[in-house]
Amino acid sequence: MLSLRGISKTFGAVNALTDVDLDVEAGEVVAIVGDNGAGKSTLVKVLAGVHAADSGTIAFDGTEVQIHDPSAAIHLGIATVFQDLALCENLSVVDNLFLGRALGPWRLDQVGMEVKSWELLQQLAAKIPTVRVPVATLSGGQRQTVAIARSLLGEPRVIILDEPTAALGVAQTAEVLDLIERLRARNLGVIMISHNMENVLAVADRIVVLRLGRNNGEFDARTVSSEDLVASITGATDNVVTRRTGRLSAEADSTKDTSARREGEAK
Amino acid sequence: MSDRQPAVAVDQTDERLLQTRGVRGALGSFLRSARAGDVGPLPVIIGLLIIGTIFQSLNPIFLSSRNLVDISMDSVAVGVISLGIVCVLLVGEIDLSVGSVSGFAGAIVAVLFVRDGWNWILACLVAVGVALLIGLLYGVLLTKFGMPSFVSSLAGLLAFLGLQLAILGDQGSINLPFDSALVRFAQLDFVPAWLSYVLAALAALALFASGYDNMSRRRRANLSSSSPQALVVRSVALLIGLELVVWYLNQGRGVGWMVVFFAALVLLFHYAFTRTGWGRSVMAVGGNVEAARRSGINVRNIYFSVFALCSMMAAVGGILAASRLASANLSSGTGDVNLNAIAAAVIGGTSLFGGRGSAFSALLGVLVIESIASGLTLLNLNSSYRFVITGLVLAIAVAIDSLARKSRASHGRA
Ligand SMILES: Nc1ncnc2c1ncn2[C@@H]1O[C@H](COP(=O)(O)OP(=O)(O)O)[C@@H](O)[C@H]1O
Ligand SMILES: [Mg+2]
Repeated sequence: MLSLRGISKTFGAVNALTDVDLDVEAGEVVAIVGDNGAGKSTLVKVLAGVHAADSGTIAFDGTEVQIHDPSAAIHLGIATVFQDLALCENLSVVDNLFLGRALGPWRLDQVGMEVKSWELLQQLAAKIPTVRVPVATLSGGQRQTVAIARSLLGEPRVIILDEPTAALGVAQTAEVLDLIERLRARNLGVIMISHNMENVLAVADRIVVLRLGRNNGEFDARTVSSEDLVASITGATDNVVTRRTGRLSAEADSTKDTSARREGEAK
Repeated sequence: MSDRQPAVAVDQTDERLLQTRGVRGALGSFLRSARAGDVGPLPVIIGLLIIGTIFQSLNPIFLSSRNLVDISMDSVAVGVISLGIVCVLLVGEIDLSVGSVSGFAGAIVAVLFVRDGWNWILACLVAVGVALLIGLLYGVLLTKFGMPSFVSSLAGLLAFLGLQLAILGDQGSINLPFDSALVRFAQLDFVPAWLSYVLAALAALALFASGYDNMSRRRRANLSSSSPQALVVRSVALLIGLELVVWYLNQGRGVGWMVVFFAALVLLFHYAFTRTGWGRSVMAVGGNVEAARRSGINVRNIYFSVFALCSMMAAVGGILAASRLASANLSSGTGDVNLNAIAAAVIGGTSLFGGRGSAFSALLGVLVIESIASGLTLLNLNSSYRFVITGLVLAIAVAIDSLARKSRASHGRA
C-alpha cells in the first residue's frame, strides 16, 4: 500500500537517512528497530510531511505521491503518533484530539466532540479522569494515550507509532499492543517503532532494521531470533550485547568452578 | 429506595474525579483553579474595585454617572485596538505599530472624507483595507522571512507614523464636521433608555439560552452538565448587574451607541475565540506551533488572519478616536495609545506568552486604564503621573501573568 524507495535526508552535515526503502501493506504491522539516532524518527517525519526528503520517492496505492506538508499526509490517510507527542498543553484533551479537524468549524460541536473523545479513550481503556482539562495536567502516560487516540480519528489507512509505549505502564502497554492487533484486523497498515524487542516480536509481522540511517536487514517476525535482531541493530555478531551475555555466562561458569573447588577443598 | 443510584455520566466515571455539583461545587472548582494559577478575570476585577474606591474617596465626582459615561465613551477607541492586540498575543506574537496604524487610518478617513469629499463609509473601507494590507505584510514578513513581529511592527511603527504625517500634509490637522455621522456616533448618539434596558436583558437572556442549550445537549449525550440552578443564578446575576449599570449610566447621558458597538465586537471576538475552529487553531498555534503544524493546521493562514485582524481593529479604533476628537492630526495615535492598547490586553488577563486569554480582557483592561486616566484628570494631575501609574499597573499585570504561569506549571495546568 505504502512504499518508500531510496529516501535520503541530511541535516547539515549529518546524513540522517541514506537510501532507505520501506514497504507497508494493508493489514500488516511493520516494526522499525534501530539504535538511538539510527534515523527512525526522521523516517517517520518524512512520511508525516514534517520533513521533506532530499531524494527518493513515496508511492501510495501504487501511485507516486508528494508529501510536502503534514496536511498532505493526513489527507492521504497517514496518521502519526510522534515520539515527542506534539500536543498543545494549553488546550483540553478534547481540543487536542480534534486539533485541526474540529467538528463544525463555524459553530463547534463541543458535545459531539466530547462524546467521540470518550469513545476513543475507552477503546484504549485510557485512565483519564476528565477530558475538559488542559493536557498539561496529565501524566506522561496519559498524554501518550491522548496522542495515540488522536491518530485513530478520521479514518486513517496507515498509522505510524513512534515509540508509543515508552511512557506507558504494563497494562496500558498491553492495551496498545491489543490496539495494534485490532488495527491490523481492520486492514490498516501499521508502522511501529519500539526499543522493546519482546513487544516488537509479539505484534509485528515484519521487522525492518535501520542502522546509521541505512537499511540493515529485514526479518520475518515469526522466525527471527532476538540475537539476530540485536546483531543487526548493533551491526556485528560481536557486539556489546553478546559480549555482555558472554561475560555473564562466563562469570557464572567461573563461580561454579570456584564453588566446586571450594567444595573439593572442604572435603 | 436508596439502591436507585443516579446513572453516572460518561465523563464522571473516574473515581478520582472531584465532584463539582451545584452552586457550591462551581464555587469550589473556581477557588481551586484560582489557587492553581488559573486566575481568569479575578485580579482585574479586584483592581477595578480598588481603583474605584481610591478615586471616589479622593474625588466624589469619580463614580458619578456623568463621569462613568465619559469613561465608557473614552474607552472604546483603545478598547477596539486592544481587541486586535488580544488576537496577536494569543498566537504569541505582538504588534507594536497599532498606535501608528490607528493614527494613519484616522488620517486617511479625514483626508478622503473631509478634504476630497468622499462618502464616509467608503473612506472608512479604504482605511480598513489599507490596514488589512499592513497586517498581511507582517504575516508575510514573519512566515516567509522569519522576521519576528516585534521587529517588523517596530519598523512599522515608524513607517506608518511617517505616512500619517505625509498625508496630513502641511496643515497637520483636519477637522471632521460635527454634523457628520462619524462624529455624531462617537460623541452624541446614545441608546434610548428603554432600548438600553432591553439590550441588557437580551444579553442575560442570551447567556441563559446558550447555557441551557449546552446543558440539555450534554444531558442528551449522557455527559455531566452544570446544574440548572447555577445557570439561573449566573444569568440572573448578569441581568441584575447589567441593568444596574445601564440604569446608572442612564442617570447621565446614557449608553453610547459606540459603547454598544464595542460590546458587540467583544462578544463577536469571544465567540470566534471560543466557539469556532479558527479560534481553536489560534489557541493551538499560541500553545505549541509545531504541534499545530503537524496536526495539519495551516499555521501561515492563522498568522495572516491574526495580524490582519489586529491591524484592521487598530484602523477601526483610529477612526473612532478621530471621530471622538472630531479631528485627525499629527499626534493622533502617538504617545501612549500604543502602550495603552497592549497594556489593556495584558492587564485584562491575556498572556504575553501566547495560547491563553480572552476577548473580555480587552474590555476589562481598557476600563482599568481609562479609569486611572479619568481619576488622575479629576485630581488635576498631569499626564506624567498617568504614565507612571499606568506603567506600574502594567508591571503588576505582567508580574501576575508570569507568576500565574509559574504556578500553573507547578500545579500542572500550564
Ligand atoms: N531536526 C533535526 N536537526 C538536525 N539533526 C537532526 C534533526 N532530527 C534528527 N537529527 C539527527 O538525525 C539523526 C537521526 O535521528 P532520529 O531520527 O531522531 O533517530 P532515532 O532513530 O533515535 O529516532 C540523529 O543523528 C539526529 O541528531
Ligand atoms: Mg526517535
